[in-house]
Amino acid sequence: MAEADTVIQMAGAAPVTGEAMLVAERLTRRFGGLAANQDVCLTLERGKLHALLGPNGAGKSTCINMLSGDLPPSEGRILLGGKDITGLGAAQRSRIGIGRSYQRTNIFPQFSVLENCRLAAQSRNPRPWKLFTDAMHLFDTLERARAAILEAGLGGREERIAGTMSHGEQRQLEIAMVLATDARVLLLDEPLAGMGSDESAQMVELLRGLKENRAILLVEHDMDAVFAVADTITVMVNGVVLESGPPEQIRNSADVQTAYLGDGHV
Amino acid sequence: MNPTTQSRVAMIFKLAVLAGVIAFPVFGSAFYTEMVAKVLVLAIFAMSLDLLVGFTGLVSLGHAAYFGIAAYAVALATPKYDPANLWVVFPLAVLAAALAAFFIGLFVLRTKGIYFIMVTLAFAQMAYYIFHDTPLGGGSDGIYVNFKPDATIAGWTPFDLNEPLQLYYIVVLALVAVFAFLSLVLRSPFGRVLVGIRSNEHRMQSLGYATFRYKLAAFTLAGALAGVAGFLYAVLFGFVTPEYLSWHQSGNVLMMVILGGMGNLGGAVLGAFAFIGLQELFSDWTKHWQLLMGGVIVAAVLFMPGGLSALPRRILKVVNGERGNG
Ligand SMILES: Nc1ncnc2c1ncn2[C@@H]1O[C@H](COP(=O)(O)OP(=O)(O)OP(=O)(O)O)[C@@H](O)[C@H]1O
Ligand SMILES: [Mg+2]
Repeated sequence: MAEADTVIQMAGAAPVTGEAMLVAERLTRRFGGLAANQDVCLTLERGKLHALLGPNGAGKSTCINMLSGDLPPSEGRILLGGKDITGLGAAQRSRIGIGRSYQRTNIFPQFSVLENCRLAAQSRNPRPWKLFTDAMHLFDTLERARAAILEAGLGGREERIAGTMSHGEQRQLEIAMVLATDARVLLLDEPLAGMGSDESAQMVELLRGLKENRAILLVEHDMDAVFAVADTITVMVNGVVLESGPPEQIRNSADVQTAYLGDGHV
Repeated sequence: MNPTTQSRVAMIFKLAVLAGVIAFPVFGSAFYTEMVAKVLVLAIFAMSLDLLVGFTGLVSLGHAAYFGIAAYAVALATPKYDPANLWVVFPLAVLAAALAAFFIGLFVLRTKGIYFIMVTLAFAQMAYYIFHDTPLGGGSDGIYVNFKPDATIAGWTPFDLNEPLQLYYIVVLALVAVFAFLSLVLRSPFGRVLVGIRSNEHRMQSLGYATFRYKLAAFTLAGALAGVAGFLYAVLFGFVTPEYLSWHQSGNVLMMVILGGMGNLGGAVLGAFAFIGLQELFSDWTKHWQLLMGGVIVAAVLFMPGGLSALPRRILKVVNGERGNG
């Protein structure tokens, strides 16, 4: 824990745009004989949105799972603020400021929208020893949860039971929960998939605002959205990085065109 | 009925039950008063298990171990010709149960699902054999607790557990205290995390919660409260046997929780009343009462999801639904 706290301090020390926050060094993950990720290198910088593209099965979610601690890498290192965090589990990584959303909606279906986000916010200051305090009276937590609900566009739906909402609303809740944890590194796995076009547009605006003081990794199939917000794009195919660079370079890359984007896609 | 009216009605029902329990010794015979006391102690036991099964999603099939360990602590700490001091033996019994739960929890909480059920049972069986087969526990006959603990503190005796009526009200007080304590804990930040773990443990982890520690705390707390019940049971009946730790006992308390409705403290109390009530009824009719009880449990699971405590809401729904259609 002490080690984790110093990592937070280091990451917070110099609020310079472009400072490397999360670095993946030659991440490899094998499932039996299949290398779902092979020598993947990524750098997430504060103030920048890094998009990760690739066809189905390219290994994008596997990469996020390794960065978030859901899946241990077979090889390679992960650094946060220069510190090796490869050995930390998912809960510890969340506590040092790495938040993620899931491609397959992963919420508390029986709870209200508010309780979903309240639990997310409570994780920043859990106070488990306050056995006789009503959790609804932790006002800092409530405030953070409510702000996240508004940001994700779920205002007025706090009391809805999560599992009874539409698919698109559940996708919004998925994002609201990461926001409620106040993470400074965001790993978002296809956040726009399943959202309506209005919500998508709102989410793109939100991402633009969010990246100001955060580092964001965005996996997304919606090309318009990606080119609208990305500062750097990495394209993966079959578990390896095909090309990485600024949006213009990727848009004009012949390799990417043939391997992934295809004709008429961009 | 809107939710606030519903919870108000539930509150009135709980107070009515409490009033009935308080008034019972005035009307009931000594025999039935002792039986109600037994039910109340088992209700505490059931609530402690419900914290695990109903609220945290940990189905323990070895919860009797902690009940029994506390009961044996009373027997072993009571001298042959003197009463033990209540203010020593009570914390001692609860602490013994909590410690056992903590150390067993360190192992069993690393497993999930069916494996969790199996290892909680296995540890309880080990505890059972320690008291059944070693010189410590006095064999299958158990040990008599010749003297009920003495409540004297600094020369003053606030109550006397040898007086059945006073003992009865101490049990009532303990039930109310445990109920109130758990109600508070469940709405605290800690309690909310437990319910979150039941709903989606993986997500709780990715939100930053060290779920293992929370589960260990819940397991230890549940063990301690089972210890409160075990202590009272030993004091009430004046003897302990290995049967207190047996898997029958673990199964019975689980059935109380299921019958009453998991994840509902009032339900656990209701379940204890229903279970012992049915047990008395059936054993009047036949020696094979367990067969009938099994049938009732199967029927309850199939036709009464949410148990007794969910019954009023379900009936209300049906009534309202028919009115809406007609
Ligand atoms: N837990 C697992 N066990 C075995 N194989 C897996 C596992 N997770 C992923 N894979 C395999 O690894 C490869 C990469 O999967 P991954 O989910 O990372 O792809 P993706 O780029 O996220 O695809 P999509 O766009 O469909 O979400 C796939 O071939 C997949 O079948
Ligand atoms: Mg994926």
